[in-house]
Amino acid sequence: MSTTPPSARTPAAVPAPAPDRSPRRGQVRRPGDLVFSGASLASGLLIMAILAGVATFLLVQSLPVLTADPGEVTGEAGFAAYVLPLIVGTVLASVLAMAMATPVAVGIALFVSHYAPRRLGASIGFVIDLLAAVPSVVFGMWGWQVLAPRLVPAFAWLEANLGWVPLFAEGSNTGRTIATASLVLAVMILPIITAVSREVFLQTPRLHEEAALALGATKWEMIRTAVLPFGKPGVIGGTMLGLGRALGETMAVAIILSTGGFTWNIIGPGNSTIPAEIALNFPEAAGLRLSELIAAGLVLFVITLVVNLVARYIVEKRSEFSGAN
Amino acid sequence: MSKRIDVNDLNIFYGKFHAVQNVSMTIEPKSVTAFIGPSGCGKSTFLRTLNRMHEVIPGGRVEGEVLMDGRDLYSKEVDPVDVRREVGMVFQRPNPFPTMSIKENVLAGVRLNSRRMSHSAADELAERALRDANLWNEVKDRLDKPGSGLSGGQQQRLCIARAIAVQPEVILMDEPCSALDPISTLAIEDLIEQLKEDYTVVIVTHNMQQAARVSDRTGFFNLEATGRPGRLVEMDDTQKIFNNPAQQSTEDYISGRFG
Ligand SMILES: Nc1ncnc2c1ncn2[C@@H]1O[C@H](COP(=O)(O)OP(=O)(O)O)[C@@H](O)[C@H]1O
Ligand SMILES: [Mg+2]
Repeated sequence: MSTTPPSARTPAAVPAPAPDRSPRRGQVRRPGDLVFSGASLASGLLIMAILAGVATFLLVQSLPVLTADPGEVTGEAGFAAYVLPLIVGTVLASVLAMAMATPVAVGIALFVSHYAPRRLGASIGFVIDLLAAVPSVVFGMWGWQVLAPRLVPAFAWLEANLGWVPLFAEGSNTGRTIATASLVLAVMILPIITAVSREVFLQTPRLHEEAALALGATKWEMIRTAVLPFGKPGVIGGTMLGLGRALGETMAVAIILSTGGFTWNIIGPGNSTIPAEIALNFPEAAGLRLSELIAAGLVLFVITLVVNLVARYIVEKRSEFSGAN
Repeated sequence: MSKRIDVNDLNIFYGKFHAVQNVSMTIEPKSVTAFIGPSGCGKSTFLRTLNRMHEVIPGGRVEGEVLMDGRDLYSKEVDPVDVRREVGMVFQRPNPFPTMSIKENVLAGVRLNSRRMSHSAADELAERALRDANLWNEVKDRLDKPGSGLSGGQQQRLCIARAIAVQPEVILMDEPCSALDPISTLAIEDLIEQLKEDYTVVIVTHNMQQAARVSDRTGFFNLEATGRPGRLVEMDDTQKIFNNPAQQSTEDYISGRFG
């Protein structure tokens, strides 16, 4: 028995030194560093300025309607009563889209990251990414011309069989409903949710996957014990990003939906969303009506901002998890 | 709860790369067998063929036989999932599931095997596995805290608890102490000593003193040159390997006179 040979020291036993990020390490401040940090500071400030500018514009322009006599606002009951159904319609359409897109996106992401052979997985991922490149007007026209008529029988079936559920009270003859619009929105947000989910699923530490497999997990059990819990915060974040996109989406809804007052019936005409309301009415609007639409835009801005902030927060929090080991 | 393993003429490949060549050996039940050898000679690769974890790596495949109490693990009818339920594994780096509590970590394997378990049965089982892994006293007050909050040595014992909770026949350990401090290493070595009363234990180690301390039999793996397949040079009682090896290369390796 003798000393351990040099080869006995495994790399794992020696923790890698943390990279030194402190800028004051050397005394010299290189010109390149100065230029770069100046440029990034400037662009950061510019973004803040633009954001502040947009917010100020929205606020100033919407002041007239906020202070106006309720009788003068569309609907003659004040701005809140005018915008509330629009908010509900917007959220309803987006949440429906999210609910339809998320399971499909997670399924595709799992297939691409863990089931498909590498080649096939990469090409499927590419095709999904291509979906993100389709302009929303195209989606809108497709939804209106192709999808809507084909959904009419499905709506009729829903009405006949599930008509007691308020959501499916009365089927539409044209198919231009909030359900159709949501379906198209779902297709539009599918790529972002899929891409984020695929990314986090691929990042599952091999160590944890092997831990599950070595315990005798089948592939699906391995995914349930190692991949999904690890990816959950990322999937939620991706879903929220998708929700953010759906909330602001204009063209698809404006083209597809035959708008109207708020109704829980999602398979008939009616409902509208803030972006659609603005897009459809903005060209002829003037005076107080214009201010009304801009105020609606402000509301949408706030909702989208909050959703995106929450999404960012959740995605950020994920990094604590992955640092667990 | 322990089985005998016979390996006959096993060849292991990563795609086209021939990683380990013609290994034959017998591993006795209720004993500790250690594998030593220089880095890259195929110890981990060989170990992972004993629970069919090798084929998890794309391109990984084997030729030859691994018999457990006479049954070939690689015959067509055998499901690798069943093999892994009988042959537990502890990895080089502790890998408790980060999103699970300590208790859920211990029970992770059991939950795969039997869907339903009463609360009390689960608690009992977790306690027994943690006691057997010499971890109970350190964690009994925080069973619902995340497993990743433990120290490295505790995490590794948690992984051992997780492996023995499913009552395997054999436990494989791939350099279980290489990421641990000396005190934790001693704790694991003590544990291995106890485990052999119930299980067949196979351990890969870079540390020859450790092999000498914990094992009954030792196998020395070597490779002639990088890019060539690793081979089992010799395998014998640990005493014999360290005091009077039959092969010159074994002698060179254990005395530190190694190329
Ligand atoms: N995932 C892998 N893919 C391809 N080759 C591998 C892989 N893992 C290990 N090898 C190769 O197999 C040989 C044996 O490696 P390994 O079993 O890890 O050695 P040891 O555990 O003895 O250090 C090495 O040449 C290594 O490069
Ligand atoms: Mg190794």
